[in-house]
Amino acid sequence: MFWETKPLFQVYYTELSKYIIALLIALYTYEGFAVFRFENEDKRANIYIRQNILMFLIHLACFISIYFEKNEIEYLFFYIFQLILLYATVIIFRTVYPRLNRLLLNNICMLLSIGFVILTRISFIRAQRQFAIAAASLIIALLVPFIIRKVSFLKKLTWVYATAGMAILSAVLILGQSNLGSRRIFTVAGLAFQPSEIVKVLFVFFVAGALYKSANFFQIFTTMVAAAFHVVILVVSRDLGSALMLFVVYILMVYLATGKWWYLLAGIVGGAFASVLAHGVFSHVKVRVQAFVDPWSVIDNQGYQITQSLFSISRGGLFGLGLFNGNPTAIPVVDQDFVFSAIAEELGLIFAICVILICLSCFIMCMNIAIKLNDKFYQLVAFGLGIIYITQVFLTIGGGVKFIPMTGVTLPLVSYGGSSVVTTIMMFSIISGLYMLKYDEDKVKKPIDAESESDGKKKRKKQERP
Amino acid sequence: MEKRSEKNKNDPKKGARKFRAKVMAVTWFFVLLFISMSGYICYFALTNEQELAENPYNGIQQILMEQNTRGRIYASGGEVLAETGTDSQGRETRIYPYENLFSHVVGYATHGRAGIEAEMNYFLIQSNISLPQKAMNGELGQKNAGDSIRTTLRVDLQDVASKALGIYKGAVIVTEPDTGKILAMVSKPDFVPAEIPELWDYLINSTESSILLNRVTQGLYPPGSTFKIMTALEYIRANNLGISSYSYNCTGHFSANGLRINCFRGNAHGRVDFTDSFAKSCNSSFANIGNLLDEENFRHTLDELLFDTALPFSLPYSLSRIDLNNETTPAEMMQITIGQGKTQITPFHLNLITGAIANNGILMSPYLYEAIVNENGNILRQYSSNEAKRLMGEGEALVLRELMESVVLGGTATRLRDLSYTAAGKTGSAEFGAIKGESHAWFTGYAPAENPQICVTVIIEGAGSGGDYAVPIAKRIFDAYFD
Repeated sequence: MFWETKPLFQVYYTELSKYIIALLIALYTYEGFAVFRFENEDKRANIYIRQNILMFLIHLACFISIYFEKNEIEYLFFYIFQLILLYATVIIFRTVYPRLNRLLLNNICMLLSIGFVILTRISFIRAQRQFAIAAASLIIALLVPFIIRKVSFLKKLTWVYATAGMAILSAVLILGQSNLGSRRIFTVAGLAFQPSEIVKVLFVFFVAGALYKSANFFQIFTTMVAAAFHVVILVVSRDLGSALMLFVVYILMVYLATGKWWYLLAGIVGGAFASVLAHGVFSHVKVRVQAFVDPWSVIDNQGYQITQSLFSISRGGLFGLGLFNGNPTAIPVVDQDFVFSAIAEELGLIFAICVILICLSCFIMCMNIAIKLNDKFYQLVAFGLGIIYITQVFLTIGGGVKFIPMTGVTLPLVSYGGSSVVTTIMMFSIISGLYMLKYDEDKVKKPIDAESESDGKKKRKKQERP
Repeated sequence: MEKRSEKNKNDPKKGARKFRAKVMAVTWFFVLLFISMSGYICYFALTNEQELAENPYNGIQQILMEQNTRGRIYASGGEVLAETGTDSQGRETRIYPYENLFSHVVGYATHGRAGIEAEMNYFLIQSNISLPQKAMNGELGQKNAGDSIRTTLRVDLQDVASKALGIYKGAVIVTEPDTGKILAMVSKPDFVPAEIPELWDYLINSTESSILLNRVTQGLYPPGSTFKIMTALEYIRANNLGISSYSYNCTGHFSANGLRINCFRGNAHGRVDFTDSFAKSCNSSFANIGNLLDEENFRHTLDELLFDTALPFSLPYSLSRIDLNNETTPAEMMQITIGQGKTQITPFHLNLITGAIANNGILMSPYLYEAIVNENGNILRQYSSNEAKRLMGEGEALVLRELMESVVLGGTATRLRDLSYTAAGKTGSAEFGAIKGESHAWFTGYAPAENPQICVTVIIEGAGSGGDYAVPIAKRIFDAYFD
């Protein structure tokens, strides 16, 4: 049997585009950090425009590869729809909210477009679904900063968030369907939800609400009980990733609110103790740990997924095998938990590391915003959401490369998963909304003072630099 | 209002700074965590690429085999030892032009893989042809030609060694002592690699003759008198190169510690010095020497000679074994010194030791590959010789070389005397099994004696004495090499 024929140009294109794509994403990533050299959004404007251009070039370069391989008109249309969505997002958000933090917006678009590319390669149908959900989420996200500005009672709903969170998680545990060995899917009116995603946001609001005023020991204790309840339900539901995320965000928020490092220490010790306990009690925890410690000895069963992921990562080399030239679909659930490995295989290690750095750039910007906010409740919310995000990125990538045990969470905005995309876009739009809220307040209260304060910060920053 | 803001003015600012510091600490924690994870990913992916690619669960082999035809394996003279042919329907078959001649060393690539086909599989299934060639192949719907391996093997020497062994079971290995190049590697009985699919059931069931075993690297044999090289080295070492004072009166047997050691065929060698004892391979004299040696020092010397130790080689091999420790009795020690008892060695290992002696004590890493080349002959990776380890001092090696020359000049290998080249070596007749008198014939040596160029080790299973059976085979190889 002979191999199928390919147009002469395709082989050249696949081989050469690898290097171009790696270069473009490296430039994009560099710009994502170059932003932090400037305090002022206006001075960052050129960087943002360059980022947008780079994003569209990367997106185009990848879709040419896909079109060469598939050669079907549907793919061309799909590309055009994506182009419209990404372009519209960049333009409309900027127009509606001139003071929006554009690094977050650009990174969201970049990560979404990477997700579209790799999902189109893995499964065209799923990519289309992802596209629809992303489009809907972005439309809703347009309203979020507006709501944040108008609604002032957010910080008073502390126990509403907690009750809602616990109720949702309990309902899922009792009624939910088992998905890949963990109870976390909830079907409402034919649409499958993963409610733990939305609970993450509620949880951050709850902890922020409970701790933003002077937090005494009793408050910390009651918060702890409620937080522990969340985590335990998630562990029992076998959703270890979400359990870990809530745990990490809780101890870090307590540390931030109280400023007492021994809360942090107690949290880490308690967490370690709880992990050992969970390892002893729950068989599904044991399985994960075994697949981490020595996947090669159980390569046919528990170790299959992780070893296939490791093969995938090792196959690509620095520049990847090129789209459709690898075999990432050999990894079970590649489009959700192991999308990073698929990227590393076909787009290369350089590209994959850039994805990590783009995620990190989002996180640093969230922390930057948290520092700049005036209100402690909002500070805690921005901080908490940022921690949730970066912890999730760490869990999914670290798990897929055997840096830590696998917990089965998605790579936000890139992996296939409606609830994940919706929630992540909401999280970032809340943070953006808070940022704009602060800007509004500064402007109304003391425009001069705000100016001088930001000047002062700039000076401090300069001094800090060696 | 005014007052309150006054009062709180300092507090919030201080609080903000503290807050800022804490957030920065958390941020830096995650930044460092992600940097270390990224470093880990790159390190893992780039250093384990080849090892992971060899894993049968890895789909990369399938992908590459669909894209590329398997590359060729060449002998050092450019002769093709293995290549893949494609018929008009696109079916591929692996062709071995020399049939059974290189069966063990080149190996096979169906029903699992062995030999060079296994070790170099990763490179054989890759293709590093130029981009225009790949583009052209893509347009024509053809596979890309895989990369090829140029080996150090010489067809003429391999052929002579194989013919000389004839129908005997046994092994021959030929190397260059000063480079470590492997020139020939023959193991008998052999097989035709292309017939593996038809022969498979027979081969894996015929455990008795173990046809698939590469006897050169994996066959473990009692070393017999060839082990006297190690004993002699230890004696030389213990006496600071001074061997002239040694003298022994051989009556054909030596009894001590409740054990009687006989010389080969009960020959009485009479009064012998150390050189005579070695040249004539006098068991009685060496058993006597065994009584003079310190167990612990001997163990140390054997460790240095890579007994029970990994060898600097990547094809599968067996570890040579020797049972010498604090609990070794004097009787066992006497057996060890003449190469009988539980000691086992591979012909490959004995060849490395001989090569190191010929190379004044330095072992060169044995190697089989000159280069990896693409279809157009461009070199992708060049292999070169490198020192593995010094096995013994230069002075010690020189004394051993004199001893091995005496074996040819007036000892058990006189069939190698008075030729167009000079040679040196050691014979061995290793008794095995219960039947008295049955022995494996050994020879290990090199030529020319004064300037060693090749090193040959031969074993013939159950043939008889080394001098009668193994030395003539070595001679034919030397003849072919110096012809």
